Order: sequence, then C-alpha cells, then structure tokens
Amino acid sequence: MSAPPTPHPNADHRVDQAHPGFFTPRVILKALLLFLLINLVFVLVYPLDAVGGLSVYNRLVPGRVRLPYGDDPSRAYTLSLFSLEAMFSSHEIDAVPKAADEYRVLLIGDSSTWGYLLPPGQTLAAYLNQTTLTLPDNRHVRAYNLGYPVMSLTKDLLLLSQGMRYQPDMVIWLVTLESFPLDKQLYPPLLLHNPEAVRELIAEYDLPLDTNDPGFINAGPLGRTIIGSRRTLADWLRLQFYGMLWAATGIDQYIPASFTPRMEDLPPDENFHELEPPHLNFDQLAIDVLQAGQQAVGQVPLVIINEPMFISQGENSHIRYNYYYPRWAYDDYRLLMAESSAANGWRYLDLWDAIPASEFTNSAVHMSSSGTAQLADLLCEVILANAVDLP
Amino acid sequence: MSLLQILIFGLFSMAVGCLPPARWRVWVLLAGSLLSVYWLQPSIPIRALDFWLPSASIGVTLLIWAITVPKDRLNLRSNQAAFALIAVLVLMISMTRYSGNFCCLTPSRPPQIVTVLIVIALTAGLLYLVYRAGVTSRRMAAIAVLLIIGLFFLLKYSPLSQSASAILRRLSGQDASLASSFDLAWLGFSYLAFRLLHVIRDYHSSKLPAYTAGEFLTYALFYSSLTAGPIDRSQRFIQNDLRSTVTVTTSGRLRGLERILFGIFKKFVLADTLALIALNQQIAMQTHSSFWMWVFLYAYALRLYFDFAGYTDIALGLALLVGIQLPENFNRPYLKTNLTAFWNSWHITLAGWFRAYVFNPLTRALRISPRRFPVWSIILIGQIATMSLIGLWHGISWSFAIWGLWHALGLFIHNRWSDWMHPRMAGVGANRNLNLGLSLGGWFITFQFVCLGWVWFALPDPSAALQVFRVLFGL
Repeated sequence: MSAPPTPHPNADHRVDQAHPGFFTPRVILKALLLFLLINLVFVLVYPLDAVGGLSVYNRLVPGRVRLPYGDDPSRAYTLSLFSLEAMFSSHEIDAVPKAADEYRVLLIGDSSTWGYLLPPGQTLAAYLNQTTLTLPDNRHVRAYNLGYPVMSLTKDLLLLSQGMRYQPDMVIWLVTLESFPLDKQLYPPLLLHNPEAVRELIAEYDLPLDTNDPGFINAGPLGRTIIGSRRTLADWLRLQFYGMLWAATGIDQYIPASFTPRMEDLPPDENFHELEPPHLNFDQLAIDVLQAGQQAVGQVPLVIINEPMFISQGENSHIRYNYYYPRWAYDDYRLLMAESSAANGWRYLDLWDAIPASEFTNSAVHMSSSGTAQLADLLCEVILANAVDLP
Repeated sequence: MSLLQILIFGLFSMAVGCLPPARWRVWVLLAGSLLSVYWLQPSIPIRALDFWLPSASIGVTLLIWAITVPKDRLNLRSNQAAFALIAVLVLMISMTRYSGNFCCLTPSRPPQIVTVLIVIALTAGLLYLVYRAGVTSRRMAAIAVLLIIGLFFLLKYSPLSQSASAILRRLSGQDASLASSFDLAWLGFSYLAFRLLHVIRDYHSSKLPAYTAGEFLTYALFYSSLTAGPIDRSQRFIQNDLRSTVTVTTSGRLRGLERILFGIFKKFVLADTLALIALNQQIAMQTHSSFWMWVFLYAYALRLYFDFAGYTDIALGLALLVGIQLPENFNRPYLKTNLTAFWNSWHITLAGWFRAYVFNPLTRALRISPRRFPVWSIILIGQIATMSLIGLWHGISWSFAIWGLWHALGLFIHNRWSDWMHPRMAGVGANRNLNLGLSLGGWFITFQFVCLGWVWFALPDPSAALQVFRVLFGL
C-alpha cells in the first residue's frame, strides 16, 4: 500500500478545506463571468471615441504640430493610428479655443504638406507661422498642419471635415493628380479603418465611391469588445507615451541621414494608372471630392493649390514630367483643374512649377526645407489675397 | 518567452502537476525541459547554430554531471534510460529537418541527421571517458570550470563573440564579413553556467549529493527558469522538490496561476509599455532637458524591474504548477531603505550565489591571511571583487564594470555608515518621527543611487553615460 500524499510544506490548505473540490472551477467561472460582463459593457458603450479624446497632449505635454504618422515608431516617437479622435486630440490645434486675434488657416494635403523628411520646424505650416503674417485687421495668421502622408482626396476630405470643428478662417488644400484617381480613393488604411465616417461623407456629398467597399474594416460585435479593440487601445496608449519623447526631443519623424533621391531619368512609359493617352478620362478622377470639400467648408474660404512638383530634365523627360506623371496626363489634369475652378467658382492656384527641381528630395512632391520655405512665401500672398471679411 | 509559449508551458505544467504517481514527473519534466531548450532558443543567422547551442547546453550539463557524480553510488548503467531519452529526443528534433514547416521546435532547419548522430556518439564517448577518469575528476572539474568561464567570456565579450561568429560563419560557408557579436545568442547560458559552477564548487567542498542524470538535467535546464532564472541550488531543487511525491494541491495550482498572471501583467503590460520611454542610447543623445531625462531614467529603472520580476513571477508560477517552489528573486527592492537591503532583495539568487562563492570565501581568506588587513579594507576588497564580477556577468564592458564598482562603493559606504551610526542610534529607537524620517531619507537616497547606477547599465559606453549625468544635473 502506498503512502498517502505528503502535503507540500509551503502549501496553503485553508482554501481547499473551505471549498473542497469546487474552488478552482468557481474562481475560473467568476473570472470568466467578470470578463464577459466587462466586454459586454464595452460593446454597449463602445467608448473608443471617448478614449481617443483623452490625451496627455496639450495638457501634460505640448500638442504635436502635425498628425501622428510613423513608419518607425521607436525612432520617430510617433505611430500611425486609425482613431481620428486620438489623432486630433494629440494635435496642437486641439489645445485652446481660437483667440480673437487669430486668423486660423488649415493646411490639408499629402506627405508634401505634412513635411516628409522635414523636421517639425521646417514644414509648410511652420514656415507660414515664422513669417508672423498679420492681416490688415490685425489678426495674426496661424497655420495648422493637417496634412497626412497618403495620396487620396477622400482622405483629405475626411481630415478637412474633422478639422472644421476647429473654426478655421481659411482652408488651403494642396492637391496633385496622384490623389485624384477614383480607384485609389479608399486605399489608405486610415479610411478603411474608419468606414462609418467615410460612408457618411460618401452619403452626404453623394460621392461616386462604394459605401460597401470590400476593403472597409467593419467592427462586428466581437470587434467591438475589449479584445477586438485591443489594437486601437494599445495604439492610443503608445501615442500617449510617445508624447513624453515628443516633448523631450521635439522629434516626430525619423529622418535618415541619406535617402534615394527622386528619379531623374524616367521610364518611357506613357500610362497613368489605368488611363492611357491621349486624354484623361475625367470620369475616373475624383473631381467631385473637391466639390464636396467646397461644401464642407461652407462660408470659409477654401483655396485649392495644385502643389509644386519636380520636373525632370533627364532621360525620357519628353514623355514624363517625373516618376508619377506622363506629360499628356498632367497637362490634361491642369487644364481640367483650371476649367473646373472657373466653372465652379473655386479659388484655385496652379503652382505646379513654382519650385526649382533642385528643391525636391526623395520624391517628385517632397520638397526640401528651402523649397518649402519658398512655397510658404507664395502662400502668404495667397492668404492675404483670399482672406475675406476684412476692413 | 512569448505569451503563446507561456500558455503552452502553463498547460503542460498543469498536466504534469496532475500526473499520478508523482515519481513519473521527473521523466516528463526532463523531456519537457529538453524540448524547451530547443524551442526557446531564438533564431541565429549562422546555419544550424540554433540547433547546436541548445545541444551544447545539454552536452555541457551532462559533462558536468559525469564529472561530479559520485561513482561509487551511481553508475552509468543505472542512467541508461535517461541517456536513451536524451538521445531519442535530440534525434527526433533533428529529424524535424525532414518535416517541412510542420514542426516548429527549432527556429531554423536542424542539421543533417548523420552529423547529429556523429556528435551524439562523440559526446557519449567523451562522457564515458570523463566518467571513467574516476580519481582524476577533481582535475576534470577544474578544467570544466575553466571551460565554462571561457565560454562565458566568449559570449559576453563582444570582440571575441564577433571573432567566434566569423569563424563559425566561415565553417558553415557563410559570409564572415556579416559576423556580429549578437550572433552567439546562446539562450540561458548565463544561468546554466552559474548552476553548473555551483554544482562543481559544492562537489569540490564535498557538499554535493548524488543525482541521476535525469534529475541533474532537469535541475540545470528546467524550462521555467531556463531563460531568466532564478538560480536555484541543486540540493533544494532536486532533494526537496523534484524527488518529493507531493501531490500538487488546488491552492498550489491557484498560487501558480496567480503568480503567472501577475508576471504577465508586469512583463507584458507594465514593462513593455515603460520600454517605450525607457532610457536608451538614442533617447540619451536626443534629450537635453533634465526633467525628461529623469523621467526616462525612472522609466528605465521601473521597466527593468517589472520585466525581470515579471519573468521571475512566470517562472515561479510555472514551477508551482508542477510542485516545485523556486526561490524568490525579488522582494520589493525599490522600497528598501539602504543599499545592502536593496541587494538582498534584487536578483536575490544571483547576489546569493556571489555571496556564497566569491564574497564569503574571499573575505574569509583575507581575514585568515598572515598579512593582517584592516576590517574596512577586507570589506572594500570583497565588495569591489564581488560587485565587479556581478557587473561583468551582464557583459564584459567598461559600462558594466563601472556599474559594479558604483554599487561596490555604495555598499562599502553604507557598511561604514551603518557601523558609525549604530552606537549613535541606540537612544533614538523609540523616536518614531526620527525613525520615519531616517527611513524616508534612506529610501530616497537608495532609490536615487540605484537609478543613477542604471545610467552606466543602460548605455553601451561610459562617455554616453557621462553625457546623461551632465543633462540630469544640468551641467
């Protein structure tokens, strides 16, 4: 006959004696019920927007000067996230109500406006603010960078619609042809992860886009639980922690010491996306999104700028202007923009060749610091010319 | 360990804890530990090295067993089953080479099975020779100590690791110019080495009981403590727990699960979040504000604690599930009111190891030395030797050496201060406010001292650490 089991010297037997045999199942059952209950409450309340609105930025640390976007969070001290609330509440524009003497200008656009490869103090918005531009009515122009490094007019419209709650006095929307093709309007992850907001835009402005785009990431009932929302919650938390590094270092983008320069010699390719020469099919361009932008801003002046781009002098430059654009397509686009602006009464300025080729960095639309400063000087004139309700 | 690995180890441990009779446990734990040595090993760019390093862990452990086992009480034949199990498992793992992506025990494809068979045969032959050496075992033990320390030096000294990596790359037909000191990521060797050194030292002191090969391997390579300790003593692990026929109780299981959950929270929630802002070389060079530098330094200190203490909790919890009570490694170290108390509660098993095998023998030798040393110098020499070695255990570099010296001097100063204060404190025992003030002051100074010490620890070179000190103090 074998000896009875010896109790472990460190074992606490009070628990077992009090609830013989049932203790573990009961603990597990209670934990499971509590877990389900918390998740159920979370599904019902679904507080992600409220959580996104909670922010250390503008309270414990300074607001960011541009929307969070990061390829390499550990070096950029920021990250790309999909919560619009969290993105905007981390931005300096969310800091304080607009002052009476502030003339608020929102800059909307792609990576060029956001300032890819430029430190925060050398972006378009930063240079505009450095000019300390004052209007005749003594209001000080204060520009806010709401650019985001993805090329899609619908993405711009989404950020513009969010930005309108900050009472802008003027919106400057920098666009380029690459943001226009209809087939790439909904590709940015930021849009795909915000299907409801995008659907609202599509419905409100009757945009020629699919409200049931298969790329949309719809949160089902499980996706609305804490488990399903863990990525959003973790991203929000990381953004808050990176705020300390932003405050300490002023870094919000990893800028490598060297980069591959924009392409000078170009392939002899005449195609632009699915479109072939000799003319653009305007039905495949998202011109309607620009019109939607005009409606979204209401009475606020919206100035559309065809942003500067690199114009190659290299091989096959007689066929293409640069990596993005064959000449025929871009020329057609400029014509379309000019005609549409005239027809619709848009405030439009074509600055496509305003900046010298030497001022472009790693892409046909990314400008150097001095190129950006030159563009800022041009925009000062635009702001002065388009500011309304002035004495 | 990843969360998935912790889950699988947890389920495995729960199953082992339920095994009746308990004597089977050692076999299952041995098999589990051997498999985990391969499974936990991270990927290495040198071909098949992530198979050979875990194999080397097993080989070195068996070698030390063969050297230290009392030949009059245990023979090779009585361990045949353990040897067979080890050989079969290693061969099975090497055969996963032919299973495509089906098996995932090793991070890359194991080497040719013929090569593995040859190495197993050579290892078996070496073990036999070592075992037969009999009376010369003590000399063998000395050689084994040198071998372990040599391996340790190779792994911890970057230039040497890089050279070794280049040689291994050449041998495996790879580009030697890509060699890096990080290539020789031998999982758990730091802890394994200290367990084996402890066994050899106790063998020398005739304090080592007889263990079977299976027991010895399970102790040295126990899966829960393989990656981050604690460094248990073989006598306690094997005699008290492994051989015990204790039935794992429900409360034991619950305590284990609770410990694992706390560990997961500390490691994956607290430590990994703090890691975002913890001081490192990049942050150190980019931060010019004293306030933020202090914040990042405190974040580093807390991150280090939660990371290590979290892993320890997980290790202890997994062990509890199979009825093994591993020693504690932390006891609220950042709340201690003096540096000696800190070192009695931070990485307790490592500090205990060095106290037992370095500090005590060294100070004893100095005390009985014909040349009479003053007490203070004995303490100073003992602290400097011990803490420098603890520093170098983390890596052979100036930064770790200075970190060790920093603490050695701190411990020495505290020792002298305590001696000076002791008679003067006789009358203030009843004064609660004074005691409270002294405790708070002691805690504050200790915590700051430890945190400032982490500056040397966190940064790869002393010049970067000095730059951080300049920013911290606004110099």
